[in-house]
Amino acid sequence: MKLGVLFSGGKDSTLALHKAVVKEEVACLITLISKNPESYMFHTPNISITKLQAKALNLPLVAKNTEGKQDGELMDLKKAIAQAKRKFEIEGVVSGAVESVYQAERIQKICYDLDLWCFNPLWKRDQLELLKEIVESGFNVIISGVFAYPLDEKWLGKEINRKVIGDLMSLAKDYGISPSGEGGEIETTVLDAPLFRKRLEVLSFSIESKGNSGVFSITRARLAEK
Amino acid sequence: MILVVDMNWRKDSLGYYEFVLPIVSIVEKVEKSFVRHFSEVNRKNIERSSQIVLSGTALKDHATLQCVEEFGWIRECEKPILGICAGMQTLGLVFGASLKKSLEIGMAEINTTKENPLFSSTYRAYELHNCAIEASAKFEVLAESEKCVQAIKLKTKEIYGVLFHPEVRNKEILQRFTSLKT
Repeated sequence: MKLGVLFSGGKDSTLALHKAVVKEEVACLITLISKNPESYMFHTPNISITKLQAKALNLPLVAKNTEGKQDGELMDLKKAIAQAKRKFEIEGVVSGAVESVYQAERIQKICYDLDLWCFNPLWKRDQLELLKEIVESGFNVIISGVFAYPLDEKWLGKEINRKVIGDLMSLAKDYGISPSGEGGEIETTVLDAPLFRKRLEVLSFSIESKGNSGVFSITRARLAEK
Repeated sequence: MILVVDMNWRKDSLGYYEFVLPIVSIVEKVEKSFVRHFSEVNRKNIERSSQIVLSGTALKDHATLQCVEEFGWIRECEKPILGICAGMQTLGLVFGASLKKSLEIGMAEINTTKENPLFSSTYRAYELHNCAIEASAKFEVLAESEKCVQAIKLKTKEIYGVLFHPEVRNKEILQRFTSLKT
């Protein structure tokens, strides 16, 4: 079955891609580039890097801009998926939804309308297990956004490794945040993963932060040998 | 030992992660489990199990509804069975009920219509189906949503079906099922 993967360049959609390629043929990646940093549906930090990630993965990318307003962004997502269906003859869509019924429901409805299969291979996975799987599978993932107390600028750009997982778990215990950022507390960017033919090398970045909210923006990056 | 039957269109499909694994992770908190694809269920698996859960499937996956004859074992089975979504629809067909078009995606309000050991009162649950069951006389209806029948029980055995997905927002239903005995 030919599939299109909804791809934000973060850890969940990249892991969902890795699950999908084992079972089916992934024909393309689909990305919504949202102008709204508070989008309900789409991961925003470093979304422009998806083009480079797609190149590293050697997969075509269907990218569509969206204003990121609630109904409009769903229409734009539907148009992007319809475009992927026309261009790459996909029969289904894969998402990295883990816990969000809001997100899963909307993707399911779009797929139903477009007569496509819909798969969520990370659905209901334990968050700690997911983080461990990412590290143990050899992903290089950095924290590219923080949006909740007590997270702050210090976390931006950190690579997710065993120690960081431990620290996030402590915060989860003490402050009730989701350790994998399922509640939007953290956004991530994948710089390398087993399916990447080349890794992303960050040449320059900028950090914008205020209190418990901040973004690590990659301003220049290139593909490098692994 | 709980047998979780993978109802996806083929063994080791991409639907396994979404429709089978969440059930396994919930029931494993209470009792050990093992998974078999529906094409592999045999007398030995059934004898080994204490209860049986039939998983749901992707919205476009109607494989089990097209090969109901493979589920003849359910008629003779004396173990408690819980069919979820496609699992409920398959149970219905095995016992002579029919299906009708009925689409629900997302959260819906469920009203309990008959006292039972799995749930009570009114609650919200996650739906993902495009057909529902028209219960035959062999079943009692345990719950309904505004749109359709949401839960059934075979009158003569501990065989239950829920159209919604309890593994998403109603884990306690699966946990209560694990304590049912024949």
